[in-house]
Amino acid sequence: MTSQNKSFWADIAQKIYTDKFAFVCLCIVSIIALACFGADFISPFDYQTQDLSLGLSAPSCEHIFGTDQLGRDVFARVLYGGRISFAVGLLATFVAIVIGVAYGTVSAMLGGRYDSIMMRIVDIVYTLPFTIFVILLMVAFGRSLWLIFVAIGAVEWLTMARIARASALDIKSRQFVEASVTLGQSKMGILFKHLLPNMLSPIFACAALTIPSVMMLEAFLSFLGLGVQAPLPSWGSLIKDGAEIMEDASWLLIFPALFFSITLFCLNRVGEALSERRRS
Amino acid sequence: MKYFFKRLLEAVPVFLFIITVVWAMVRFVPGGPFDSERPASAETIAAMNAYYGLDKPLYEQYFNFLKNLAKGDLGPSYKYNGWSVSEILAEKAMVSLQLGSVALCIALLFGIILGVLSAAFRRGTLGTAFSALSLVGVCLPTMVLGPVLILLFSLKLKIFNTMGWNISGDIVLPAITLSFFYIAWISRLTRSGVVEELDRGYVKTARAKGVSESKIFCVHILRNALQPVVSYLGPAAAGLLTGSFVVESIFQIPGLGKFFVSSALDNDYTMILGCVMLYAGFILIFNLFSDVLLALLNPKIAKELKK
Repeated sequence: MTSQNKSFWADIAQKIYTDKFAFVCLCIVSIIALACFGADFISPFDYQTQDLSLGLSAPSCEHIFGTDQLGRDVFARVLYGGRISFAVGLLATFVAIVIGVAYGTVSAMLGGRYDSIMMRIVDIVYTLPFTIFVILLMVAFGRSLWLIFVAIGAVEWLTMARIARASALDIKSRQFVEASVTLGQSKMGILFKHLLPNMLSPIFACAALTIPSVMMLEAFLSFLGLGVQAPLPSWGSLIKDGAEIMEDASWLLIFPALFFSITLFCLNRVGEALSERRRS
Repeated sequence: MKYFFKRLLEAVPVFLFIITVVWAMVRFVPGGPFDSERPASAETIAAMNAYYGLDKPLYEQYFNFLKNLAKGDLGPSYKYNGWSVSEILAEKAMVSLQLGSVALCIALLFGIILGVLSAAFRRGTLGTAFSALSLVGVCLPTMVLGPVLILLFSLKLKIFNTMGWNISGDIVLPAITLSFFYIAWISRLTRSGVVEELDRGYVKTARAKGVSESKIFCVHILRNALQPVVSYLGPAAAGLLTGSFVVESIFQIPGLGKFFVSSALDNDYTMILGCVMLYAGFILIFNLFSDVLLALLNPKIAKELKK
């Protein structure tokens, strides 16, 4: 486990800094994310402005990634698509953290029989074909962006709950918590003063790995036509559109696929670096 | 054996729970199966609803559904007139099953071999290359890999057909696409399992007794190192199923995955239910299978669960 006397952020900074490869990955992801969220300033084009006179045009000086069938700038679409992918990734991960951490810590705090029942439920739910439920949810309640956040977050909280419980149990048994109990600290006080602050590190590491898997799930839904709806692009739907006409215009597939894969790779690498326990 | 039945009994309520939830979800969805682009007259819809029993109170519909299910009758399809759900499912499922089982075999075979190799060479550059490669594999989504493979092998090299499901060679690209992630993941699991076991005391004991290296490896180390892989079989099966949604739509394969998505979009109640039941049943069976296999490999687990 990480040492207690170091602050949370310093710990993360050190983990990333000692792993040079992860550091590079973090930089790349940050650049891509910044470009996506600042797309308005970077790209001279809009994601939905059509210019039918251009049609499908290969990458050129003006449109560096080319244009699609409707003459829309692919560079702009990739950036705006990335914005949605990142937004879904971050928000759905947040939903997963809230549900998972609440469930996991409550389970650990209650302990005993409640704990084993609550964890058994997680085990059972874990085996369910959850992606299918997400698809049904999307079908049932229309395809709104908000629902994607909630639906994906509701699927991804299970791992988070397990990790939160494990680390809560670990911290609960430490001496400083026992001392605090002896001094008459209430359960709530223990939870907020001792457990949660000390659990930040494993939760953060797990969150870093959840983001790419959420983005993958979003792309999966969009690819099947169940996620983000046109004309809004997301990386999943861009890849789908690109795959359909890759024979004539490979740039429509290559650029979103490249951005998506690089982002996933870098996020995973950073997450792995964070979850690695330091050997001391 | 006893353990097996215990797990089987546990799986039954889970299965019932799943189908009940799905049934309720599908039923409370706005929009019925008879909404189409050309709106039919109100009388027609009422007659259709009456014919399929959709006008009865909900609890009655639910019990009818369970009763028919017990008889193995999944009801008629609302969308494909004259076909029963079981007939369609049987036909589509065969295709998906072929694809899935081939992909799973490829994933296990190559995943374990690569994992063992990268554990054996873990200190050299080769090991680093292997682990970097497996990370790439984990991060490369099927929806990217599939089109890239088509671009490379079908359009440029013209070795395989681009899409479709006609000759036996058509299975190659989809199976590779589907299994790629699992090759990478299984090789990572195998690698960390083997590396962990190599330093254990029992390996030293076996060596001291003069057991041959190959026997130590195959009998002692692999047996323990493969446990994470075995327990991963359940989730892997589930993942292969959902992965097949994407792969089947990329390669235009007439399988269950593609079909499930389209019937979900069509509100074809009985069809969705049938698909989900098939999927859920399959995943539960696979979990059961992997649990039992795990208990066989590791008597400790079986003992703990018996308590």
